[in-house]
Amino acid sequence: MLKDITLGQYFPGNSVIHRLDPRTKLILLVAYIAALFIASNFLSYALTLGFLVICIAISKIQPKAFFKGLKPLIVLMCFTGIMNLFFTSGETLLVHFWIINIYLEGLVRAIFMILRLLALICATFLLTYTTSPIALTDALESLLRPLGKIGLPVHELAMIMCIALRFIPTLLEETDKIISAQKARGADFETGSLIQRVKALIPILVPLFISAFRRADELATAMECRCYQGGEGRTKMKQLHYAPLDYGAFGVLALLLAATITLTVFGL
Amino acid sequence: MESAVEVKNLCFTYPGVEDTPGVAVFNGLDLNVEEGDFVAVLGGNGSGKSTLAKHFNAILLPSGGTVWVCGLDTAKEENLIPIRRQVGMVFQNPDNQIVANVVEEDVAFGPENLGIPSGEIRQRVDSALENVGMYAYRLHAPHLLSGGQKQRVAIAGILAMAPRCVVLDEPTAMLDPKGRREVLDTVLRLNREQGITVILITHHMDEAAKAKRVVVLDHGQIAAQGTPKEVFAQVELLHSLGLAAPETVELCSALNRQGFSLPLDRLDAQSCAQAIFDAISGEEKT
Repeated sequence: MLKDITLGQYFPGNSVIHRLDPRTKLILLVAYIAALFIASNFLSYALTLGFLVICIAISKIQPKAFFKGLKPLIVLMCFTGIMNLFFTSGETLLVHFWIINIYLEGLVRAIFMILRLLALICATFLLTYTTSPIALTDALESLLRPLGKIGLPVHELAMIMCIALRFIPTLLEETDKIISAQKARGADFETGSLIQRVKALIPILVPLFISAFRRADELATAMECRCYQGGEGRTKMKQLHYAPLDYGAFGVLALLLAATITLTVFGL
Repeated sequence: MESAVEVKNLCFTYPGVEDTPGVAVFNGLDLNVEEGDFVAVLGGNGSGKSTLAKHFNAILLPSGGTVWVCGLDTAKEENLIPIRRQVGMVFQNPDNQIVANVVEEDVAFGPENLGIPSGEIRQRVDSALENVGMYAYRLHAPHLLSGGQKQRVAIAGILAMAPRCVVLDEPTAMLDPKGRREVLDTVLRLNREQGITVILITHHMDEAAKAKRVVVLDHGQIAAQGTPKEVFAQVELLHSLGLAAPETVELCSALNRQGFSLPLDRLDAQSCAQAIFDAISGEEKT
C-alpha cells in the first residue's frame, strides 16, 4: 500500500535532457524560473511556455506523468487563480454581482498566474523525472561546495540526503509491517473520530521511531567499518564533467532569458 | 605463517549505567587466527561472539589485554584506519549496512572513503561485483533485491576495499535457505581462491562444518576449538552449552546410544549414510 508512494520519481532514459550534467540542469532550472517571473506579457509568456513544451517533448517523458504529478496541486492553482480573479482591480469591468467585481485585468492576471505556477511545477518535475536522486545530490554537493568555506557542512548535508533517499522505501516497508502487526492485535485505524484516529497512530509511530534509531546506530557502525571519516580526503567514483552539450544548453537558456527580458522591457 | 588476528589475554567489560556494575564479557581470552584461515565462531546467545567480532576492527577496544590485527595493535588510535582497511565487516541485517540507493554506488562507498582515484574505484567496484555474482544488478536499487543478494552486495562493498580479512557477524541469520547458500558459497570461494582470511560468526552448524577451524565460545571463554570434525565429535559438550552438532553427527550419536558404534566425524549426508550402511551390513555378517 505505502510502497506506491513515490518521491522525486525518476524515469530512466537517454534523451538530450537526460544526458545533461545534473549541475547544468539545476542551474538551468533556476534560470528558467527567473525567466518565468520576468515574463509579464503575452509574447514573453508564449516564449517561456513554448520552451518548456519543447523540452518536455525532447525528454520523451509521457505527458501523463506530469498530469499525475500536478493532480495534488490543482487546489493550490485554483486558489491562486480565484484570488487573482476577485481581488485585482482594473478599468474594464466584466462582471458586477453583489459585492463581487471581476475586471478584465483580473482575468488576464489569473490566467497568467496559473500558467506561471503550471510551468514552474512542470519544469521542476522535468528535472526530477530526468535526473536520478543520487545525481541530484552529487550536483547539489558540487554546486554548494563554495559555501563550505563559510562553514556550511555541504558534504554532510549531501550524505544525509543520500541516506534519507536510500531509507525511504525501507522505512515505508517497515511501516506497512507495523501497521499489519498492530491490526493483527486488534488495533483499529479506520473508525472513530479524527482525534481517535490520530491517537491510533501512536502505536505505529513509537515502534517505527525505535526501529529507525536502531537502524541509524547500526548504519553508523557499518559506515565507520568502511572507513567513513566525513568528506575530507574522499573521492568520487563518478565525477561530474561539463560536456559540449552542457555549454550548448547554457547558451540556449541565455538566449531565452535575453529574449524574455527584451520582450518585457520593450513591452512587445 | 603470519597471524591475521592475534588476541592475547583479552578482557572486556561493557560499562555499567550510572552506579550499576558493568557486564564482563571476556576475562582473559586468547585466540589466534592465521592468515588465509577460515574460522567459524560458534556459541549460544550472550557467549560474546559479536563482542569478539567488534574487537577485530577496533569498534570496541579491549579493557585489558591486546588485540593485534595484521600486526597492528587495535588500542592505538593511529592504527584505526589502517586496521579497518585490512578487516572488512559484514553485519547481520543487510538493510542497515547499505548506504547508497544504487548497488554500484554503495560498493564504491568504501573505496571513496579511502580517497582512491575514480578510475581505480570503477575497476574495483566492477571486479568486486563480479566476484560476488552481482554485476548484472549494479544499477538496481538495493531495497528491491532479495536478502541473499543484499548481503552479497554488502560483501562486495567490503571486497572493493581490498581487505586481507573479512569478519562476518551472523550474515545469514535473516536469510532464507537459498540466500544462506548464496552467501556461504561466496565466502567459501573468496577464502579458497583469493586467500582472504574469513572469520564467520554463526548459529548454523552446517555453515561451521564447512570452515577449516571451529571455535566454540561460552561465557567469554573458549570451550572447544579445532577442526570441525574434532569439535563436533564432542556432542555432549555442545549439548551442555545449548548448542547442537550438525544433523549427521547428531544422528550417529543418537544411534550410538542405541548400541551402535558409529564414527562422529561424518559432516555430510553422503559419508554419514555410508557409515550407517557399513555398520548395518557389518552387523548382518556377524
